[in-house]
Amino acid sequence: MKFGTEIVLLCFFTFLALVAAGFGVDEPFRQHMWVLFFVLLGFVVVLLRNTSFAAPAPIDSSAYMDGPVRYGAIATMFWGVVGMLVGVIIALQLAYPDLNIEPWFNFGRLRPLHTSGVVFAFGGNALLCTSLYVVQRTCRARLFGGDLAWFVFWGYQLFIVMAATGYLLGITESREYAEPEWYVDLWLTVVWVAYLILFLGTILKRKEPHIYVANWFYLSFIVTIAMLHVVNNLSMPASFVGSKSYSAFSGVQDALTQWWYGHNAVGFFLTAGFLGMMYYFVPKQANRPVYSYRLSIIHFWAIIFLYIWAGPHHLHYTALPDWAQTLGMVFSIMLWMPSWGGMINGLMTLSGAWDKIRTDPIIRMMVMAIAFYGMSTFEGPMMSIKAVNSLSHYTDWTIGHVHSGALGWVGMISFGAIYYMVPKLWNRERLYSLRLVTWHFWLATLGIVVYAAVMWVSGVMQGLMWREYDEQGFLVYSFAETVAAMHPYYVMRAIGGAMYLSGALLMAWNITMTILGYQREEQPLPGSEPALQPAE
Amino acid sequence: MSTERIDDVSGISTTGHEWDGIKELNNPLPRWWVITFYITIAWAAAYTIAYPAWPMLSSATKGVLGYSSRNDVKNELAAAEAAKGKYVAAIQAKTVSEIAADDALREFAVAAGGAAFKVNCVQCHGSGAQGSAGFPNLNDDEWLWGGSAEQIQQTITHGIRFASDPDTRQSEMPAFGDIITPEQATQVSAYVASLSGPVHDASLIEPGAKVFAENCVACHGANAKGNKELGAPDLTDAIWFYGSGETAIAAQVRAPKHGVMPAWIGRLGETTVKELAVYVHSLGGGE
Repeated sequence: MKFGTEIVLLCFFTFLALVAAGFGVDEPFRQHMWVLFFVLLGFVVVLLRNTSFAAPAPIDSSAYMDGPVRYGAIATMFWGVVGMLVGVIIALQLAYPDLNIEPWFNFGRLRPLHTSGVVFAFGGNALLCTSLYVVQRTCRARLFGGDLAWFVFWGYQLFIVMAATGYLLGITESREYAEPEWYVDLWLTVVWVAYLILFLGTILKRKEPHIYVANWFYLSFIVTIAMLHVVNNLSMPASFVGSKSYSAFSGVQDALTQWWYGHNAVGFFLTAGFLGMMYYFVPKQANRPVYSYRLSIIHFWAIIFLYIWAGPHHLHYTALPDWAQTLGMVFSIMLWMPSWGGMINGLMTLSGAWDKIRTDPIIRMMVMAIAFYGMSTFEGPMMSIKAVNSLSHYTDWTIGHVHSGALGWVGMISFGAIYYMVPKLWNRERLYSLRLVTWHFWLATLGIVVYAAVMWVSGVMQGLMWREYDEQGFLVYSFAETVAAMHPYYVMRAIGGAMYLSGALLMAWNITMTILGYQREEQPLPGSEPALQPAE
Repeated sequence: MSTERIDDVSGISTTGHEWDGIKELNNPLPRWWVITFYITIAWAAAYTIAYPAWPMLSSATKGVLGYSSRNDVKNELAAAEAAKGKYVAAIQAKTVSEIAADDALREFAVAAGGAAFKVNCVQCHGSGAQGSAGFPNLNDDEWLWGGSAEQIQQTITHGIRFASDPDTRQSEMPAFGDIITPEQATQVSAYVASLSGPVHDASLIEPGAKVFAENCVACHGANAKGNKELGAPDLTDAIWFYGSGETAIAAQVRAPKHGVMPAWIGRLGETTVKELAVYVHSLGGGE
């Protein structure tokens, strides 16, 4: 029977969720278990409707397994729009506090929904689907483990739904970018280990003699995130049917563990993972060889070695001992060139194909991504310098920095990869519309520029206002006055974010139409086809 | 398997590997990249010698510059204290009236009080000390408990109706809803409103004045000018704490609100309280 084991197991867990909903010791946990119950019930119903008793069709083991990749591309688009929409909403909440709707949709609950939504739901699905796409093609091997890829895909979506609904119900560990409580963390651990087995298994059965550089980056991302996730979330539940747990660490050790995790979530999730994406999709789209093999080796190992030590720069001028602050700072400075190695390799891969920036909006998107990558990996080390950090820390400057990396680098390179993959995954001749890609490019780029510039101004202003003393040694501004001064910037930031979101909506439309098989009749972009020579 | 070949566009040889059509050029590391990388490493090494850096068994290397962020903070705070020391000593020694009378000292106390006000007081009294419903405006010359510098100091020190301070300012207008009839409440509200403006039904004023004389004069005075000893507000000045108009007055007559202000002495200390008193006194309405 098709899905027989799956249905039995799912029914068992659905029942457990029901039991937990009944015996939970706190109200949010019971509500959360009801959510889980209905989600699992939905899975069961879908599987029952699709089951059959016919002998399964033989699997062509030489063909690539692209089903989970297709679902992943759609999930990336879906969660991207959701996460960015929530981002625009919380930006507006900061500018207009009346938009806080208690209790489920106040800023405190929506903010982790936004960060997790874009980092783990959008970025995570982008990494998941591109890594499975890339590893098969660069290893010339079908995904390892049969239906394991499907388990990883749906398991990850379940994690996202449980994390997101938990935030809205007020369930949180209060650890930045690691807010889900213990039972959701345990589930993610299971899914992540399955992902590691899936990816590593595929590499092991490869038919190429060497492992392509993109796969080094993807693998380092998977392995390191597993380690970070497990250590940072070590905690003791107050009850096994309750939503509260207590961290294994306390005080400054807890803070350092959290920022060791938080910083390397940026380093290995948002940098290494997406470099893997860049190393495949940029040479493919440009149709040029990677610029330097040697550089890729050196900067890969330098990034891997240096990044993991840089976390303490999030805790400058705190209870963290001076020596740890020093190390966090100097390792961040040394990280500058290794990070830029990826930028050089990405940009220089275009040598011989620079004209494509003018003619190919997808390449243009990737180049803009790499440019923002270079900018934010310079800004990061700079902000880790203690003197700079004493001004920038806790201000909007940090928010601007994160978004130039997230919107500029992570977002744009993912958009480029999806635009590249979708026509191939669904066997379409081309995208529905390249002109829409151009629109997307400009909306996104201008949105980021508005967002980042506004946050720089607002952040520096905020930092300067906080530290301004009069000649007698008294603070000039109260905190509330600094908040009032930022109002116009908050409004402009929301506008920048809305521009970026509208670009993503255009993309969702474009991708949907491509998948459905439509092609928009449109004038080709200028310069995209060689002009015909007049007959002589 | 593929073999090394020369890339036509760049003229550089490839490594000979190929994955899904992707080749790699055998370019060297860019010179400037390597040099900059070395410089950052050298700088990092030098910095860790200069500053506390490497963890040992029970402590960490101290760095040759002897830097310590905790000492830095200690020294900066000590320098700031020393710079203010002369004024602070004078403020501690003198009464608030004496401080307000001394130009240099007043200027310092107003700056210090203003800074403290922004952090501790604006939440209720507003960023311009303008107050809001239930929280008095501190800029005008209307005072519930007295507007001399000493009286303001007393209010800030011990608070108002702040249960845990035995010296707190205490007054509690009874809930007249239990004492007089609803009709009387309407009448007295009309009378009180008439003291500072027109009312909708003038026939209520006279019986209202009678109710007032029987129930209210003990605290608010026969002329309704209030009594600062008791915190009883002046009812003739058109300044309304809990809302203007006969309806709002009637609500306050039937079931009065009793606002609370915390005692600040424990949290801020005497010097800051004195500075705050001088600052608030300087806002314009000080008596």
